[in-house]
Amino acid sequence: MDPKAHVLERYHAKVFKNRKEHILRIDHAEEAQTITANTRTIPGIITNRGCCYAGCKGVVLGPLKDVAVITHGPIGCGFYSWGTRRNKAAPDEEGKNFTQYCFSTDMQEPDIVFGGDKKLRAAIDEVYSLFSPGSIMICSTCPVGLIGDDIHAVAAEAEKKYGIPVVAYSCEGYKGVSQSAGHHIANNGLMKRIIGADDAPPATKYSINLLGEYNIGGDGWEVERILKRCGYEIVSIFTGDGSWKKIARSHMANLNIVQCHRSINYVAEMMKEKYGVDWLKVNFIGVAAVADSLRRMAKYFGDAELSRRTEEVIADESAAIAGEMDSCKTKLDGKTAALFVGGSRAHHYMHLLAELGVRTVLTGHEFGHRDDYEGRKVLPFIKEDADNKNIEHLHVEPDQKKYRAFLSQEEYGRLKAEIGLEDYAGMIRDMENGSYVVDDLNHFETEQFLKCLQPDIFFSGIKDKYMLQKAGVLSRQLHSYDYSGPYAGYTGAIRFGHDVIMGLYTPAWRFVTPPWRNISSLEGSFGGDI
Amino acid sequence: MLDMTPKEPAERKAVTINPCKTCQPVGALYCALGVHGCMPHSHGSQGCVSYHRTILSRHFKEPAIASSSSFTEGASVFGGGSNLKTALRNVFDIYHPDIVAIHTTCLSETIGDDLNSYLMETTIPDGKYVVYANTPSYAGSHVTGFSAMMAGFIRFLAEKGTPNGRTAIFPGFVNPGDIRELKRILRVFRVSHIMFPDQCDVMDAPMTGDSRMYPDGGTTIEEIKALGSCERVLALGALASEEPANQLKRKCGVPYSLLDSPIGMEATDAFIMALSSLGDGTVPEEIEKERGRLVDFLLDAHPYFHGKSAAVYGDPDTVTGITRLVLEMGMTPRYVLTGTPGEAFASSVRALLAQYDAQGCEVRAGGDLFELHQRIKNEPVDVMIGTSYGKQIARAEDIPLVRAGFPVLDRYGHPYHPLVGYRGTMRLAEMIANALMDRRDRDCKDEDFELVM
Repeated sequence: MDPKAHVLERYHAKVFKNRKEHILRIDHAEEAQTITANTRTIPGIITNRGCCYAGCKGVVLGPLKDVAVITHGPIGCGFYSWGTRRNKAAPDEEGKNFTQYCFSTDMQEPDIVFGGDKKLRAAIDEVYSLFSPGSIMICSTCPVGLIGDDIHAVAAEAEKKYGIPVVAYSCEGYKGVSQSAGHHIANNGLMKRIIGADDAPPATKYSINLLGEYNIGGDGWEVERILKRCGYEIVSIFTGDGSWKKIARSHMANLNIVQCHRSINYVAEMMKEKYGVDWLKVNFIGVAAVADSLRRMAKYFGDAELSRRTEEVIADESAAIAGEMDSCKTKLDGKTAALFVGGSRAHHYMHLLAELGVRTVLTGHEFGHRDDYEGRKVLPFIKEDADNKNIEHLHVEPDQKKYRAFLSQEEYGRLKAEIGLEDYAGMIRDMENGSYVVDDLNHFETEQFLKCLQPDIFFSGIKDKYMLQKAGVLSRQLHSYDYSGPYAGYTGAIRFGHDVIMGLYTPAWRFVTPPWRNISSLEGSFGGDI
Repeated sequence: MLDMTPKEPAERKAVTINPCKTCQPVGALYCALGVHGCMPHSHGSQGCVSYHRTILSRHFKEPAIASSSSFTEGASVFGGGSNLKTALRNVFDIYHPDIVAIHTTCLSETIGDDLNSYLMETTIPDGKYVVYANTPSYAGSHVTGFSAMMAGFIRFLAEKGTPNGRTAIFPGFVNPGDIRELKRILRVFRVSHIMFPDQCDVMDAPMTGDSRMYPDGGTTIEEIKALGSCERVLALGALASEEPANQLKRKCGVPYSLLDSPIGMEATDAFIMALSSLGDGTVPEEIEKERGRLVDFLLDAHPYFHGKSAAVYGDPDTVTGITRLVLEMGMTPRYVLTGTPGEAFASSVRALLAQYDAQGCEVRAGGDLFELHQRIKNEPVDVMIGTSYGKQIARAEDIPLVRAGFPVLDRYGHPYHPLVGYRGTMRLAEMIANALMDRRDRDCKDEDFELVM
């Protein structure tokens, strides 16, 4: 039976009607295939999605190492988002690194009944007197919005008192339909209060910001190394190993490069609008993808010397790993994979897997929007629903004093299409005919697709990792890299290859079936052959 | 590591820094996973259950299933009744549990969702069950959430029937390895019992190549019903087990004995004597020999731990047990800290300290790890014993760390092994001794490096 039909047939009518729009079999002969995304998860369906707070504090703001982020709410949310995401950070010049700390107002029943703003105010005072941070940010959790604590007024008051930026984010977990709403809220806050606050100019012409790179497993550091080798000056990173002080002058850079489109495209868009900074979607996962990204960046700057260095770096770094890439490929060739990750990685890793000889048969985003699947060309056609409308859409206008266009109009016109400025073509375009894309893949569908498509490897997150492995399929987490990484760049590609090989060939798979239950058909389905 | 933590302690009234507890719902979820065929259900935003499943999977390295009412802004304004009804229908329809155990969250509690009335309006499939517990995140901790969920199961299911002659055992918020060890001891004693909850074979299910949503283990619904007809309850650990024991007493008149979690010599002695008093007053030779081996170990190895100081932190029932063992080993529990609020913990630990005349020890309920770190900076300890969240302090201050309790996120295998009973106590004592001995090996000069110790 057709896998899509097989998966859907057990649903009753309402769920069926909803979920069928989120599952798509790729057929490029069809014109413009569409998918439904960024809509509510049906209550009761075991989703992998998290919440608005997780997107705002956990993803975007948490990695800022020189900001004391206070979670205003009961203890859980702050606790869970403390030290659990591998957004690596080294101390800043002043020796500060707040990523090792969790600050929470740990609201208790009286705070819920009588209001928590007093406690928040006192918490800010205590954090300031203990750590004198350069900036404080406040993230609220569900009950805060319900009882109506005015965290923005508290923040404004503290800002006046201490003379540092204190920014509040109303990122209650119930807002929006997933983490994605939180990304947007965090983007808005950074745009309103941090970006553009310091006009210190970069030292060179090749100044860029790295957007949507959270330095998971040190990816950002590896990307930074390659970019610096090519001759770029990295003004700021949003937000892995990031600094609010650097983000404050990010508008002075000449180009924004965007790794994770989903979580940070709002900033990219708004900076283009307000300050004239162009943005370019890049991908540093996969050997060809890195080279392609570097070449498009070099074209943007249109400098012969930069292009020469870029080619030199590409040639040098890819030659250094070519042998190992081939050797990895011999062990992985012909395998198939499923990829279910956040809002961009499912797309990024398809390329690297293909280079290793692994075909992707199923992909999906946990919290992607239609533009992540179908490309930004669909943006004008996405219908707003009640959940999206509740998330503020900032309207920005060109800043009369600070707006600068790096490219002439003529250059812009020529390069826009050539290198894909301000564009993202989406994941579907790069998928194979006959493969499946599933938005907000859930526990039940994972089980069903596993049976139908029988991938050799399932890349996902911690919530389904052990369920998949219990079913005899290697699962590696692509949120945390299972504590390995970096996977970005050239050496990252090799490390990734080795990790997958290790997972497939580790001898323990051979012991799953005890010798006294020697059923040969079962034995063959585990891991790789040696 | 933690370089910004100042040495000078400052009084804080508002901000918790580096907590030593988490919220009630995750405890409720873990409790429900100890019931066979049960789907834990979180009545709140889906982010809650995402975090809870994540931390449970990271501790146990096992799937931790649970569904959610997936509140959006609309549900938060108009109430979560419709979400709950939809959720229950879908859960029964798609995942086929025998029972759904709902716990609330700070979200649904703040808007005042009345689960009782929602459930009255919901059709539950024939032969299936739905129970719930109120577990707002702004009260208690994950330990009290666990306790509340147990009480919830009892409130809905336990029935007073013909006495069944069995003893109910409430193991508390412990690992499957602990429960397995308790069951082994009960088998040796031939005590007919009901273990509730029982995460064995759920949160330590064997690898078979066959993934099952509801693995073999867990207390069955019939067993929970039969709790009401038990002769007695042995409730282990005050914070986790007393409330459900009380609930069962109120509902079905089953008396209970509240015992400390059987970690350490004397707490295990008390547990063993309680078991023996259920029968003919004797203790099986096998158990007495286990005890003897533990005493033997403590005597043999004492030069390596006697007089050393420790910081013990984590969940109240576990911390009390570890503190007891530390005292029994001749060590000083310099700092004893839990994030869970409640003075009962502090007074029971103080009583222990008094029993051993331990001087200069500080006991703290409702504390946090920032505070612990500051204290350690002022007066260091020889070893830290507690959850993975102490590893930053251990690194910053170069103190050996023995991982015990919940959660341990950065090591494998620990949920299979007990801390309870003589064997669990032996394991814990050995881990503490080895940590101290490894440290001595690491730090001594070459000429002082001993082959034999």
